Amino acid sequence: MASDTQYEKYKSDGSLQGNALEWFDARFPATSMWRGHLSEYYAPKNFNFWYFFGSLAMLVLVIQIVTGIFLVMHYKPDASLNASGIPVAFASVEYIMRDVSWGWLIRYMHSTGASAFFIVVYMHMFRGMLYGSYRQPRELIWVFGTLIFLCLMAEAFMGYLLPWGQMSFWGAQVIVNLFSAIPLIGDPLSLWIRGDFVVGDATLNRFFSFHVIAVPLVLLGLVAAHILALHEVGSNNPDGVEIKKKKDANGIPLDGIPFHPYYSVKDIVGVVVFLMVFSIILFFAPEGGGYFLEYNNFIPADPLKTPPHIAPVWYFTPYYSLLRAMVWPILGIDAKFWGVVAMGAGVVILAFLPWLDRSPVKSIRYRGPIYKTLLTIWVISFFILGFLGTKPPAYAFFDVIPGAPIAQILSAYYFLFFLTMPWWSKIDKYKPEPERVTFK
Amino acid sequence: MKANNMKKFLLALLFAPIAALANSGAVHLDKAPDVQGDQAALQSGAKTFVNYCLNCHGASYVRYNRLTELGLTQQQVKENLMFTAEKIGEPMRVAARPAEQKQWFGATPPDLSLIARSRASEEASGADWLYTYLRSFYRDEKRPTGWNNTVFENVGMPHVLWELQGQQTLNHESHKLELAVPGKLTPAEYDKQVADLVGFLVWAAEPDAGFRKKLGFGVLAFLVVLFGFAYKLKKEYWKDIK
Repeated sequence: MASDTQYEKYKSDGSLQGNALEWFDARFPATSMWRGHLSEYYAPKNFNFWYFFGSLAMLVLVIQIVTGIFLVMHYKPDASLNASGIPVAFASVEYIMRDVSWGWLIRYMHSTGASAFFIVVYMHMFRGMLYGSYRQPRELIWVFGTLIFLCLMAEAFMGYLLPWGQMSFWGAQVIVNLFSAIPLIGDPLSLWIRGDFVVGDATLNRFFSFHVIAVPLVLLGLVAAHILALHEVGSNNPDGVEIKKKKDANGIPLDGIPFHPYYSVKDIVGVVVFLMVFSIILFFAPEGGGYFLEYNNFIPADPLKTPPHIAPVWYFTPYYSLLRAMVWPILGIDAKFWGVVAMGAGVVILAFLPWLDRSPVKSIRYRGPIYKTLLTIWVISFFILGFLGTKPPAYAFFDVIPGAPIAQILSAYYFLFFLTMPWWSKIDKYKPEPERVTFK
Repeated sequence: MKANNMKKFLLALLFAPIAALANSGAVHLDKAPDVQGDQAALQSGAKTFVNYCLNCHGASYVRYNRLTELGLTQQQVKENLMFTAEKIGEPMRVAARPAEQKQWFGATPPDLSLIARSRASEEASGADWLYTYLRSFYRDEKRPTGWNNTVFENVGMPHVLWELQGQQTLNHESHKLELAVPGKLTPAEYDKQVADLVGFLVWAAEPDAGFRKKLGFGVLAFLVVLFGFAYKLKKEYWKDIK
C-alpha cells in the first residue's frame, strides 16, 4: 500500500453485517487496511523459495510471544536456593518440564523457536543480499531489519540467562564483563548492567524484565515499521526489477498479484513445511545436538565453578568469533574492548549495505563473477566463523590446522567484503536486466 | 570447473567443519543399551537408584508418584521405593540437607534428575557416559576413598556398587581395568544392572520423552495431510497466474 492511495469506504448492502461493517469502517480504516496491506497489495508474481522466510519470521515471532506468555505463568526469576539446594529459577524450568500440563511442549516450542527464529532471520537477510532487496528505494526496510536483528540478539541473550543453568550464568558473565573493557566507564558500566558485582539475582530479574517486556515491545514496533515501509514502496523480487514501472490501465503492476489470496495461500504451504522441520526438531531432537539446548545448561548455575569451555549458543557464534579475533591491545586499550567493537561493528555494518553497494543491477541473477565469488566466500566464511565460535580458541581442524588464525583471516574478510564493496561492485561485469520479471 | 562441480566443491567446503567435528578424540565410552521401552528394566533401575544412590544424591524434580509410569502401582512404590518421603506426591529428595552434605563430603553430591542430559557431549550420549563411568571404578590407595575412576579422574565418590561389581584394578601398562576381586554379580549381570540404572536415570531426566516422540509422529502425520491440502489449494489459486 502506498500511503497516498485512497480506498473507498465500505457501503452497506442493507444486511445486518453490511450495516455493522459500514458503521465500523466509517470510524476505523478497516477496509483500507485490508485492501492496502492484503487484498490490493500487489506483490511480484515471481517470488521463489527465499521469499517464504519473511512470513515465517512473523510466525516464529507469534510462537515466541504466545509460548512466552504461558512460560511466564510458571517461571520464577529467582536465584535463591530451594529446599533441595537448587536455584528456584532453574527448578521452575524443570517444574514446567515435568509438572505443568503440556509445559514441556510449551518450553520446547520456545527453546526451539529461539533457534528457529535465527535460522529464519538469517535466511531472510541472505535473501536480501542475493536479490539486492536493500537497494534504493528499500534502504529503510533494510535498516529497520538490521535493528530487528540487533533487538533479536539482545532478546535471545537475555532470555538465555533465565533458565539459570551453567551456560546461562557463565555466558552472561563473559558477555557483561566485556563491557568492563571500555576505557574509563567500563567497570561502573558493567556493574550498572549487572546490578551486582557478579551476575546474580538482580541481573536475573532485570534480564527477565527486559526479555518479557522491554525488548519485545521495541521488536513489535520495529516489525510494524519494517512492514509499513515495505508496503509503502512494494516488494523487490528475484529479478530485482521494479514491477511498478509497467502498469496496466487501472494502475496495477502487470507483474503484480494481490498478496491475498495468492501469497497467503502460498505462504500456508511454506508454513506447513516449516512446521514439519520445526516438529522434527521439537519432538525428536529438542536439544539440537547440544546446539539448541547446551548440555552444560542442564547443570544449575554455580558461581564458584567455571566450566572449562564457555560457548555461546550457535546463533551468536559467528559474531563471537569476530570478538575473539581481536587479540591486540590497540592505542593502549585492552584487546577485549576491540573485540566488543568488532562484534558490534559486524552487525552495524550490515545497516550500511544499501550505500556500500554501487552495482547498477540488484539481483545476483544479473551480477558478475566478482560478486558471486566474493559472496560465496563470505557465506562459507560466515559458517566457518560460526563453527569456530563454538570451539575453544585452541581448537585445530583435524588436530593440525589451528582455528584461531583462520578465524582472524575470515573475520578480516567479513569486514573487507563490505568495506571494499563500493569499489568492486562498480567494476564487476553485469548482464542486462529484463524489462519484466521472469516467471516460469 | 563446471558449474555443477563448482557447486559440489562449495558444498564440500560448507560441510568441512562437520567432518572436522567427527575427528575429536576423548576417553572411549561404551554404548549404553537402550532400555527405555522395557518396564522391568526401568523398575530394576529405580530399585538400584533408591537403594544405592538416593542416600546421597537426590532426584528432586522427580515425584514418587511419577514412578507409577514405570508400571508400578502407588502401593508398590510406597512399600518398595519410598524411604525418604512421607507422601507419594513428594519429590525424591535426600534425607540430609545440602549444607550438611557439604560439611561431610567437602562438596554437595549433585542432584541426579538431569544427569543423563548434562553428561551428554558431542561424542556420546549422557547414558553412554554414565554406563561407562559406573563400570570404570578401580582401587587406588592414593585416593582418600580408596577408589578412582578412568572416566572421571580423581572422582570424589567412592564405588558405591562395589559389593555388586567387586574390585577392579588398573593395569598401568595396558591401561585396562582388571577384575581383581569378584563381586556378588558376574560381570554380565553387573553390566545389566548398571544398564538398568542408567535407563532409569535417562527416564528420570525427561519422563515425558517417550510420550513426546509418540506425539511427534502424530503431529507429523497431521502435517503431511495438511501439506496435501495446502499444496492443492495453492495450485488451485495459482493456476491462472502466467
